Amino acid sequence: MTVVRPDRRNAPADEEPVLEVHGLHMRYGDKEVLRGVDFSVRRGEVVALLGPNGAGKSTTVEILEGFRGRSAGEVRVLGTDPARGDERWRSRLGIVLQSWRDHGKWRVRELLTHFAAFYAPYSTPGHPRPRDVGELLATVGLTDQADQRIASLSGGQRRRLDIALGVVGRPELLFLDEPTTGFDPEARHEFHALVRALADERCTVLLTTHDLREAEKLADRVLILIGGRVIAEGTVEELARRTGAEAEVTWTGGGERRSRRTADPTAFVQRLFAEDGTDVHDLRIRRVGLEEVYLAMVRDAEAGRVEEASRRLAEVAR
Amino acid sequence: MTTTTATAGPSANAVREGVRRGVRELHQMVTNRQDLAGNLIWLFGMLAPLYFLRDNELPHSTMPVAGFILPSVMSMCLAFNGMFSLAQQLVVERQDGTLLRLKALPHGMLGYLIGKMTSVAATVLLACAIVTLTGICMLKGVSPADAGLWATLAWMLPLGLLAVLPAGAVLGSLVESPRNIGLIMIPLFGLASVSGIFYPASRLPEWVQHVAEVFPLYWIGLGARSALLPDGYAAVEIGASWRHWETAGVLGCWAVAGVLLAPAVLRRMARRESGSAMVSRRERALRNPV
Repeated sequence: MTVVRPDRRNAPADEEPVLEVHGLHMRYGDKEVLRGVDFSVRRGEVVALLGPNGAGKSTTVEILEGFRGRSAGEVRVLGTDPARGDERWRSRLGIVLQSWRDHGKWRVRELLTHFAAFYAPYSTPGHPRPRDVGELLATVGLTDQADQRIASLSGGQRRRLDIALGVVGRPELLFLDEPTTGFDPEARHEFHALVRALADERCTVLLTTHDLREAEKLADRVLILIGGRVIAEGTVEELARRTGAEAEVTWTGGGERRSRRTADPTAFVQRLFAEDGTDVHDLRIRRVGLEEVYLAMVRDAEAGRVEEASRRLAEVAR
Repeated sequence: MTTTTATAGPSANAVREGVRRGVRELHQMVTNRQDLAGNLIWLFGMLAPLYFLRDNELPHSTMPVAGFILPSVMSMCLAFNGMFSLAQQLVVERQDGTLLRLKALPHGMLGYLIGKMTSVAATVLLACAIVTLTGICMLKGVSPADAGLWATLAWMLPLGLLAVLPAGAVLGSLVESPRNIGLIMIPLFGLASVSGIFYPASRLPEWVQHVAEVFPLYWIGLGARSALLPDGYAAVEIGASWRHWETAGVLGCWAVAGVLLAPAVLRRMARRESGSAMVSRRERALRNPV
């Protein structure tokens, strides 16, 4: 699916980034989870923090949300250090949490109205808070369930309520931590459409995922976090271009299926035909995609070869 | 909007929303058949002995046995609802993510705590009211015309509640999993057995009496007896007196200590909450279903 988004990378340079992270370190005992994370996010961008489990994505997001301390580094979220963020600062954030069974006895509209009320004192003429509950229920498709008890919602409906609760305060910055874990494909598709619709109004979004396709669908820009470091960043197209230098040529020859990786597929195919043009069937040339490179990096990281994983992208990009 | 309302507004708003939250929770409790049944069964269980023993008079006494059970039922209502049910709800709602969700709201923790205090206090007062009314209807020794009864209850119930609520909050923040919530019951029952709830404390060894006198349960029980029993029965108590000043003093100390200590403990508990803490708890819970 192609999503046309305004190119926000040309935002005025003097605008302060919504999110700024420099040299972020996090250590639990002897274990170093984050080893110098650097990135910044401008207003209105949708950025995906992509990485395998254990890469430090959730830790990063929880530090940014102000839910977790950090060992070292400079962090600014909406111009404030999250470790010292006050309630006014918190009112500008939205956090989409994965519900499990909380507030099961509450009715959908009742809970949303209750949560909305906490944001009312922070309303300004330029940025009215909270959102209208009725409109929000319609946006997330829960109008028919508005008076149902939350415990009686289906899994998909509950996740839509999670989003509604996260955005009811009309946040300037929205956090989505592994938003579609455990979703079936249809629910995932629905969720992606919803996030894109909500992210439209000046809202900056930081999401974490281990799924490249999800990052591709939702994000303007992707940060690849492996082994506690951001080892690559750019739009999915940029990353794909950088990794697409190599191609895989497959064909059938001598009754066997053969394949070869090469940096210059044209020259290789010319040679192939020159050698024995009559015995080359079913020829296919395919660029090595970002997905394969990413998966190879994840495999390296999981096998404990973190340095190798970070080198992989640099290598294919050369 | 002036600067004053801009700074005072959000917390006042959160307190108001917290009270609303408590009222809604109460409403959910009385409209949820399972919750209501649980509470009623518990209450009937407590009140049944009163009914069966209402005509069973003790020798050399005008008071039926049930008259002595009444203050015990009331103090257990207050202590268990105030301490145990608050602790239990904190543990459960920390595990199921309620707390984390409120923490993500501006002043959400304030709203949560006010809400919890409101619903627990209302439950306790409701239970105590039912106990008192049952006593008045059923027992000859307890009269609604006794002004002393209402006066004593009017200061003793709120103070007793204030003494046990923060203690319940602290206990709840210390227990990690709902599976371990029963651990709180053990010291509570132990305390009940030496606090003169089931048996006059004055007959226990003196050092046990002193241990019991440190905790609020003994004084809540004493206060309830002073309200519901004729004055002559003070003779059975330690020091042969209702000791109202001491009761107010000890309960007051617990209330003040709790109000000072509980916010810090709760803040510490809330600080540890995060999405990943939730996920790991959920995974643990799903691996070992109850």
